[in-house]
Amino acid sequence: MTPPGHPHSKSLRVERLPHIWCQGCGLGIVLHAYADALEETGVDLDKVATISGIGCAGRASGYVNTDAFHTTHGRALPFATGVGMSRPDIKPVVISGDGDLFSIGGNHLIHAARRNIDVLVICSNNFNYGMTGAQFGPTTPSETKTPTSPYGNIENPFNLAALVAAAGATMVSRWTVMHPIQLKNSIKRGLTKKGFSFIEVITPCTTGYGRLNRLSPLDMMRMLREKGKIRKVPPTEAVCDPAREIVLGDFVDVEKPTYNEVFETLTHRAGVAS
Amino acid sequence: MSEVLTGKSFVHGDWACAEGAIAAGCRFYAAYPITPATEIAERLAQRLPRVGGKFIQFEDEIGAIASVIGASYSGQKAMTATSGPGISLMLENIGLAVMTEAPCVIVNVMRGGPSTGQPTGGAQGDVMQCRWGTHGDTEIIALAPQSVQEMFDLTIHAFNLSERYRTPVFLMADANIGHLYETLQIPEAKGIEVVNRKRPTEKPGEYQPFSAGPDMVPPMACFGDGYRFYATGLTHNEKGYPDMSVEAQDRLVRRLCDKIRRNADEIERVEEHYTDDCDVLVVAYGITARSALSAVKRAREEGIRAGLLRLVTLWPFPDGRIEALAKGIRGAVVAEMNYGQLVREVERAAMRRVEFLPKLGENPHMPEEILAAIRRASK
Repeated sequence: MTPPGHPHSKSLRVERLPHIWCQGCGLGIVLHAYADALEETGVDLDKVATISGIGCAGRASGYVNTDAFHTTHGRALPFATGVGMSRPDIKPVVISGDGDLFSIGGNHLIHAARRNIDVLVICSNNFNYGMTGAQFGPTTPSETKTPTSPYGNIENPFNLAALVAAAGATMVSRWTVMHPIQLKNSIKRGLTKKGFSFIEVITPCTTGYGRLNRLSPLDMMRMLREKGKIRKVPPTEAVCDPAREIVLGDFVDVEKPTYNEVFETLTHRAGVAS
Repeated sequence: MSEVLTGKSFVHGDWACAEGAIAAGCRFYAAYPITPATEIAERLAQRLPRVGGKFIQFEDEIGAIASVIGASYSGQKAMTATSGPGISLMLENIGLAVMTEAPCVIVNVMRGGPSTGQPTGGAQGDVMQCRWGTHGDTEIIALAPQSVQEMFDLTIHAFNLSERYRTPVFLMADANIGHLYETLQIPEAKGIEVVNRKRPTEKPGEYQPFSAGPDMVPPMACFGDGYRFYATGLTHNEKGYPDMSVEAQDRLVRRLCDKIRRNADEIERVEEHYTDDCDVLVVAYGITARSALSAVKRAREEGIRAGLLRLVTLWPFPDGRIEALAKGIRGAVVAEMNYGQLVREVERAAMRRVEFLPKLGENPHMPEEILAAIRRASK
């Protein structure tokens, strides 16, 4: 079913639409912002590889009209590392979720940031494992009731922006799906920037988190608008607490040599060795 | 430094494996240090930057194999090497490589297990793990070198098979071979057969990444080549898109398995000594095959008509050849450095019980032990 004259017929595989996401879910807005950014930057779509892990957000790679790969759970970043090292002319973009990137894939994420792999990571954070039915994860606020924390979550959530900044990311931003223009602009910057760029997007899981916590899709969108505060602060002060405040903005934007650029010096070093 | 180090050298098996990879065209290697495979990483860390290749030491074996698949999809010949504990971590993504038909080579320099086991002690205890370790129905190709020379030769062969069949290929070396020093003869580059994957001939709009011809192996486009294709570990149709239908699962899994099964005659490789007239058939592989050959020769001196079938490919398993050789023999002997793995396959293919010689701990079988088993089996 190809929608006639679809506005993203260049950057999306429109024959794959409609997507699988629930009504009220924000992942379509994230995909929309990525599609806009791909088209507005004018990057060569033949030289972008969209790579994802497992979960709702991970299905995004199947809708994008670039080379794309849907890897195993948590492994999008090492896969992308292999792509970027083999073909430095390709920009790997990892689109995945908070559970995929920070729980099962957390170790790969901090090491990819530490190495400064040239990759753009768009991480949708919906505060739970949506695909499996809204269980708590590494971003779920404390005390939240979920199917696997029926008496309230006894764990503490990660602050994703602060974590990746500490690991060495050269660009760190956070937006919500109620800030699609800012989100698109950050994605555009990340697409053309060299190095490990990380964009967190707060997005509602209406069917899982919302239904279980008696929040309608509209309630959740309103919450993002009300709690989202744009501030110029260091990432360590970028609070992400849906009950209190979700600090938004561009927290880090620095230049560092990428892993590929440093690797090139090895060729020289090896050449002068015995 | 040249790409193929033609000439004679006295080196260990891991070194020979690294040079074999470079000779086969491998230009991407990712791994996590682990005994007894670390020397492969050390050699390639030195060599790859000199030949335009890429080396990366990962945070774990899971990342290493994931990056190998990414490199493979970007057009590189890619390899990782590890030992049993590392393979245990890699198994999920080995399934991904099977499912997405990513050519790559996985070296397992086997040490004693289970768990951390004996890190420096050689073993052959992972031969079933490599066959069945990842979940779901799969077929796998696995080769077992018995010398330093074969660490070189079979690494090249592993790459060639992986490119030919678009599948991960295991090189199953025991630590005894990985750490053994022997003479290695590297031929001239032009004398080395190198196979490269089939590329699509269709235009980008017409290319279906998982549509195969009669050989069941789809041509492979690579990232960046303008095909803009999608691949997933989910069950998929010929276009590469997820398909949760019964028919799609049936069609895909059959093709993935049958491209190995139906080409098994072409893939299987065995080496035979004195099998023309043998009464006692000995089956062995890896370092054990060398003791077994010595035992077979001594049995012949004693007047026992013994023969050796040495498995070069462990998988696909040479059922047909074993069945044929088992006809009319008096007995069979299987010696392997584990507590009973491929012996079950031999018994199944031969349709008879065999004299089994397990071996636990790093010391390979002595020829005398195998000779004694041949004597028992000849009665």
